[in-house]
Amino acid sequence: MSLLVKVFRQPDEIRRLQAHEWDLLVRQARHANLLGRLHHRLLAAGLATEIPRRPANHLLSGAIMAGQQHHSIRREVRFLRETLAPAGIPLILLKGAAYVAAGLPAAEGRLFADVDILVPREQLGEAESALMMSGWQSTALDAYDQRYYRRWMHELPAMQHIFRGTALDVHHTILPPTARLKPDPRLLVEASVEIPGLPGVRTLALPDLILHSATHLFHEGEPDNLLRDLTDLDALLRHLGTTPGNWDALVARAQRLGLEGPLRLALRYTCRVLGTPIPVSIDCLGAGGPGQRMLDAIYYRVLRPQHPSTADAFTPLARKSLYIRAHWLRMPPHLLAYHLAHKALFPPKALTNPLSDDKPHENPDAKKAA
Amino acid sequence: MRIRDLSPSDFRTRLGGDGIRLATGPFNCRLQSGIGEIADELARLYAHHTLVDSSAFTDFHIAVQPGHGLRRWLRPQALFSVDSVEPFTPLPRAQALPMLEWGLNWCVTAYSQHILVLHAAAVARGNRAAILPAPPGSGKSTLCAALVNRGWRLLSDELTLISLETGQVMGLARPVNLKNASIDIIRAYAPDAFLTRPVRDTTKGTVALMAPTAASVEAVATPATPTWMILPRYRAGTDAILSPMGSGNAFLQIADNAMNYHILGEQGFEAVGRMVDSCQSFGFEYSRLDDAIAVFDRLAAEAESEAR
Repeated sequence: MSLLVKVFRQPDEIRRLQAHEWDLLVRQARHANLLGRLHHRLLAAGLATEIPRRPANHLLSGAIMAGQQHHSIRREVRFLRETLAPAGIPLILLKGAAYVAAGLPAAEGRLFADVDILVPREQLGEAESALMMSGWQSTALDAYDQRYYRRWMHELPAMQHIFRGTALDVHHTILPPTARLKPDPRLLVEASVEIPGLPGVRTLALPDLILHSATHLFHEGEPDNLLRDLTDLDALLRHLGTTPGNWDALVARAQRLGLEGPLRLALRYTCRVLGTPIPVSIDCLGAGGPGQRMLDAIYYRVLRPQHPSTADAFTPLARKSLYIRAHWLRMPPHLLAYHLAHKALFPPKALTNPLSDDKPHENPDAKKAA
Repeated sequence: MRIRDLSPSDFRTRLGGDGIRLATGPFNCRLQSGIGEIADELARLYAHHTLVDSSAFTDFHIAVQPGHGLRRWLRPQALFSVDSVEPFTPLPRAQALPMLEWGLNWCVTAYSQHILVLHAAAVARGNRAAILPAPPGSGKSTLCAALVNRGWRLLSDELTLISLETGQVMGLARPVNLKNASIDIIRAYAPDAFLTRPVRDTTKGTVALMAPTAASVEAVATPATPTWMILPRYRAGTDAILSPMGSGNAFLQIADNAMNYHILGEQGFEAVGRMVDSCQSFGFEYSRLDDAIAVFDRLAAEAESEAR
């Protein structure tokens, strides 16, 4: 078990850490985008005074960065409401933006890059126009990507605000229409709840937030953020567990939406990796068949901080398999073959990752080394 | 133990192996490089810095390595990485040493939100600091290098670190980045200072790095109080003229040059306000270094006699 996960499960462990172990903990947490969350976790455990000065500075830096992002997310939410309300389009927040706006424990220390919203399919065109009128623009993509998103995806191509530079993902459902699972987005919209104190701002209901997080993690999560996403689920599930009866509601909801599969995986890995408490009545820990063992081999590798210290000989393969699996779940085979062939011939510009065995391409966000 | 206590071959072996672990102000850094030709100059730039034990906490794990495969021979490159993340596009191998310095600046800026980080030079007399925020081309580094060779202590040439708790300046005492004409000016002005060979055709033109003085490095752990905020501007032929600056303008100058003002929010606002309150602020035009230093010395002497 990686040091980071060990400390997440058992914050008291930090009392025993030597300086060089703190060093490793901070590096793993940085690679997993979890510095800020680790800071909150240790403080919540009453361990503030147990953290030596140097690592404390890094953890605090992560938490401050997250705090600034939350501030900017709350501001974006107000702008979005002003844009969508006049057009009669509900503002329904998803993922990180939802956690932050609703003040859920899953927001603590969370870093993120964009705001995700859900718009009813029939209002998608209107929403896109209203957003463009307010300064959000489709980010520069080639014609293939534009077509790919609009024909096959559950979201518009990512948008970016021309002045503030903030990124926005507009979803009309939570999985691509081509995916094997087909949760009905109307059910999600109907069950959405207004955030107390923020009229006109809604989020998915808590069970749906959990199911979306699970679906995202096991369908399209990027390896670098999977552990972060798993800690989201951990926080959401612990929050759910504080109200009796919620667990049954979650299972029933998963059945209603046809998302039992992602929920089962979510419960399996939060419980096994992070020790999330799950009622015994829900059986999610069975050994499973060979398919499950294969998934375990992949997920136990990618649900580590993606830092060289946690990698083994199979980590690059696990990362690659995950990419293939994600596409396999999202598209029928002929479309998958076409899409992968296109991406192989015209590779996207990718960020470098220390665990990727691909050659680094130009990093579009790379700052000049000066 | 300090870097100067290592033999050149020991330094070179460590740099190419597990890395040189050294302290620069509040940060412990591990520097690794397979680019052997930077070793001797690097050892002289950091001669007076303390070595840190390999069991200590390291803030930045930094490497500058040669490019892969054919790249080693065809247009050789230098790749900067921090804990195996590569935040920049590679540069020509000849720029490896400046790249290491710029990369280290990037680490401080990207990973330190627990302090206010200003794009400014800072020098001190005793425990009083003069902070020189200024856009490139203003002569900030030249003036800073000159002051450091005339009895002022170098806190930092590029990044000034302000503690959010105490409001004090924390020194880094890292090399001074000299550009273009200022390289020869400082060579003539301070023949004893160690300057690296000039590296041509960087994004900043020709650059050379100047080693901080031993006294600056040895006193790096002593913080200094922001006392003067001076916005320098080189203007050919002018006398050295200090012109007092209003506190509103001073606030904006500092906030504009703070790398993480927008991230720190209210804390950033408080920290900048506190700095403005503790500083006398000036605009400063100069052309001759001796005149400029006389002005700085006079400010220091005035502050000293007021304190008595």
